[in-house]
Amino acid sequence: MKELLMVENLQKFFTTSRGVVKAVHRVSFAIYPGETFGLVGESGSGKSTVAYMVMGMYRPTAGRILFKGQDITMPHTRRPLALKKDLQIVFQDPGSSLNPRRSIGEILELPLRVHRLVDTRRIRERIEELLSIVELPPEYAEKYPRALGGGEKQMVAIARALSTEPSLLVLDEPTSALDVSIQAKIISTLVRIQRERNLGYLFITHDLSLMRNIAHRVAIMYLGRIMELASARVFFEKPLHPYTKMLLSSIPVVSEEEEKLKPARVFSTGEIPSPIDLPPGCVFHPRCPEVREVCREREPEMVEVEPGHLVRCHAVSSGS
Amino acid sequence: MRRTRLGRWWYKFSRNPLSVVGLVIVAFIVFCAIFAPWVAPYPEHAGPYVNYGEANKPPSLTHPFGTDVFGRDVLSRVFFAFRSSLLMGVVVLAIVVPVGVTLGLLAGYFKESWIDILIMRITDIFLSVPPLILALAITSVLKPNLTNAMIAVSVMWWPWYTRLVYGMATSLRNEYFVQSAELIGASKFHILFREILPNCVSTILTKMTLDMGWVILIGAALSFVGLGEQPPKPALGTMVADGAKYLPEYWWISVFPGLAIMLIVLGFNLLGDGIGDLFSLEEA
Repeated sequence: MKELLMVENLQKFFTTSRGVVKAVHRVSFAIYPGETFGLVGESGSGKSTVAYMVMGMYRPTAGRILFKGQDITMPHTRRPLALKKDLQIVFQDPGSSLNPRRSIGEILELPLRVHRLVDTRRIRERIEELLSIVELPPEYAEKYPRALGGGEKQMVAIARALSTEPSLLVLDEPTSALDVSIQAKIISTLVRIQRERNLGYLFITHDLSLMRNIAHRVAIMYLGRIMELASARVFFEKPLHPYTKMLLSSIPVVSEEEEKLKPARVFSTGEIPSPIDLPPGCVFHPRCPEVREVCREREPEMVEVEPGHLVRCHAVSSGS
Repeated sequence: MRRTRLGRWWYKFSRNPLSVVGLVIVAFIVFCAIFAPWVAPYPEHAGPYVNYGEANKPPSLTHPFGTDVFGRDVLSRVFFAFRSSLLMGVVVLAIVVPVGVTLGLLAGYFKESWIDILIMRITDIFLSVPPLILALAITSVLKPNLTNAMIAVSVMWWPWYTRLVYGMATSLRNEYFVQSAELIGASKFHILFREILPNCVSTILTKMTLDMGWVILIGAALSFVGLGEQPPKPALGTMVADGAKYLPEYWWISVFPGLAIMLIVLGFNLLGDGIGDLFSLEEA
């Protein structure tokens, strides 16, 4: 299958008054049509920075982004309109992603007008159709964002992103600002929409358990690096990286069967270090239970241990 | 639907009695200005009218504010002076707001680009000159009349709106809804005037109401030194200045126009505060 999005050795350094923040370091992955690619990490791991670079909101320090084989590493202001149509984003905070002074109808109308997607007389019809895709009643077109709940706002943001019929949707923690009950509804809507339209999702989240249910492939980021990348099944059943094991073992479960599936409890120790002052060698070594001498000196490379399963760890690649 | 919304606004607005007082004062002044020829007891006294027999009469039933040195009714002249004062406020704001707001939006949206630097440094230069001095300088170069006074005040007033909107635009441009419009591919015009500007309107309106009073005050100051509306047309500042020569004996000639200036500024300030409260409650 042809890749929808390819990210190659992406890097992003921010220069701040306290030093250079190495937010993203040599990140590579691909997303295929109709696939959900979960990019998981703690806050500060650089996952949103990757999403913003894909959208052209940040200019990468190094690396390339290819979309349908075309280089799109440039900032969004230089991207052609046709590309913007094909690549859309849903932001984390539904409260600030809708203009409080514009009605839902006006918000959904903008992309239709900018891209001249439908005849002016059919705009109203299309807005109602978009609302129905996200299971909102047509009267909502008249409402203003302040009259909507958080989940409904996020649904409108999803409808806006879908209005241009994109083939890749970047979801930047679309549910983390919402109640759990509403989360489930948003997720099931997203899954249904993906099936109906063969959409690719770049799903950014800090919620690993969410990825178990919806992602086809998962990559875990730590301090700007992808530590492990695998299909969701392999990722959750046979994790190799100590960091992945640590995170998976800390997910709370309800049943005995689930407990059996989990890796042996690995206690998480220490805090995530500052991305300004990175530890030498492997960035995870200060917290790693399987730390060795080499980990303190040399940064491990990404190694494909089996087809489609990549790990950045000395302990795994040297075949312990 | 519309009625209930209006009712809700009125409810919020009237919770502060001072706002209502402001509204009543402003309504009264606007009414007197518009209907001056009918409200004023001696409309002809607003022009080149002379009757030395009636000169310098103290306040009485026939002349509630007394008469000036030419025997003209001060009350009538105050009513007519409201016209030029309000005209000054309206015209100045009508020039200053679109210019200042557009420049502020541009500079704020294109923060840290040459557009920002160019606009904001020019703004700083204008703000660094004391406003009255600048207006005096401009009016004294031009011919002293109401139009030139309005031009002078406009030149010194727009930077305040640029500053105000600049601050709001720099923070609004980082909001996700603006980013989203950019990523959709909306035009810069759309982003500036349809996404950012509507979120600044309430603050701009509040400032405009407050500024009406201050612009009128500056206008009065200019006419006080003879750089506004020219005699025999009545202007509040001119009337205060003319009467000042006859203080304290004929106090009414300058005190009543002075009180009128105070009333205008007070009225617009109270009203502006009320409108400000209204919007801050609306957002809450």
